[in-house]
Amino acid sequence: MSGVESRLSEDLRARIKAYPGDLTYLDLIRRNRWESLLLMIGLILLAGLIGAVIAGAVVANGGSVEALLPSAALGLAAGLIVAGIGALWSWFGGSSAILRMSGAVPIENSADPELFNVVEEMSIAAGLPMPAVYVIPETALNAFATGRDPKHAAVAITTGLRERLTRDELQGVIAHEMAHVRHLDVRFAMLMATMVGLIVFVCDGLWRIALHSGGRGGRRGGKGGGGAVVFLVVALVLGILAPIVARFIQMAYSRRREYLADAGAVELTRNPRGLASALMKLSEDREPLIEKANRGTAHMFIVNPLSKMRKSGQAINSAFSSHPPIKERVARLMALER
Amino acid sequence: MVMWLVAAALFVVLLVAVVGMYNGLIRKRIDCDNAFSQVDVQLKRRHDLIPNLVETVKGYASHESETLEAVIAARTRAVSLEPKGAEAAAAKGAAESQLTAALGRLFAVVESYPDLKANTNFAQLQEELVSTENKIGFSRQHYNDTVTKYENARQTIPTALVAAMFNFQKREMFTIQNEAEKQAPKVSFS
Repeated sequence: MSGVESRLSEDLRARIKAYPGDLTYLDLIRRNRWESLLLMIGLILLAGLIGAVIAGAVVANGGSVEALLPSAALGLAAGLIVAGIGALWSWFGGSSAILRMSGAVPIENSADPELFNVVEEMSIAAGLPMPAVYVIPETALNAFATGRDPKHAAVAITTGLRERLTRDELQGVIAHEMAHVRHLDVRFAMLMATMVGLIVFVCDGLWRIALHSGGRGGRRGGKGGGGAVVFLVVALVLGILAPIVARFIQMAYSRRREYLADAGAVELTRNPRGLASALMKLSEDREPLIEKANRGTAHMFIVNPLSKMRKSGQAINSAFSSHPPIKERVARLMALER
Repeated sequence: MVMWLVAAALFVVLLVAVVGMYNGLIRKRIDCDNAFSQVDVQLKRRHDLIPNLVETVKGYASHESETLEAVIAARTRAVSLEPKGAEAAAAKGAAESQLTAALGRLFAVVESYPDLKANTNFAQLQEELVSTENKIGFSRQHYNDTVTKYENARQTIPTALVAAMFNFQKREMFTIQNEAEKQAPKVSFS
């Protein structure tokens, strides 16, 4: 397993050195939990800001709360119903739908005893029930986990990845997936998606109200026009920016959960090299796309199944990426192994 | 009157907190027991695999009887011991690590029998045994993780106060028993 070190680039060696020498997986777990909590709070604050602007709109419109109340209540109810149905659907049917959409097929123990053994080893290390094992018949290298709780969990791996990995590497990949299951990441991703969806929905409504009241303000002329104009500008700016910021927070959160799952994988295997070596194989692969993946399911995979230019570490690109750059993930893992 | 109400409210809050902490400690202790029994499940599984392995190896490598008998003897000793009480648990642990060592020697000897290695039945058994060794290791690791959580709760305030009140006992972790086992036997998958 000394192969990992020899494959590290100069850039990566420097990044590894930048981490404190006594770094442990527990430090990484604590840090990522804290950061994902902050991001969750940030999203709630953003939702609060939107609420405040709407309240401001009511006041700017001459305080006619009563006049706006029915339509606001209706809008909110519609938003909650849509979000609620979406959440219920993904709670009960989401994981089997994702397995179906990615073309995963369940396999029996006898079909691949080694894979089953590795999954069972990791579920024992995590103290969780054995998840269902699926294989995706594709040459692309990827794997994902799903399930609303550990009792309904499933792990899936492409045949391409299964064939390319050594046992230690496979163990690292499966441990990463078990860590997602253990951290209830599917549930948190659903929560995030529901909240972001609601924010987008409300902002869309805000835009419409702003345009509507702006037009009316113009007709009315001077009276109360100043406040209405200020509100119009604020609402338009927020209507554009809030969904972008919400999406940005969602993706930053998703990246923290990936780092967290990497650290959680080391907690299970106590062997950072296995996963680091597997990730390097994944990054060297030229066929990153999973044909049946889409933006809704991308965050489930061990590496982003959509990005064609995974190696490019451009800042703008990575700000809206569901996964951190593989280089940085390898650096963090290898920083544990000193 | 107000004083009494405040006192009563404080008492209720305190009671709820104590009950919550007590239940948390109980749950962590049950987790420890469960994790411990998982180790036994894996050890038992290894015992069950060995007779089959010995039979298979015998057919190809009959003049390695010494190594085979060492495995059988170590298994018999490990099976006969019941881990009741601290002393018996230590003896059981020693017997199991002897079994690990005997199996390691067997797999090393087998390297010079290409026919045996090509046997699919043997390959399956080897995979099962390698995995079972891993599972024993991981179930011990999980037990230690679980004990760490229990001990953290038992020794840190405020749960330490509840733990002392209801006499929650210290739990021991698995430790490596002999020097030889610290150098984990490296099994090749070639």
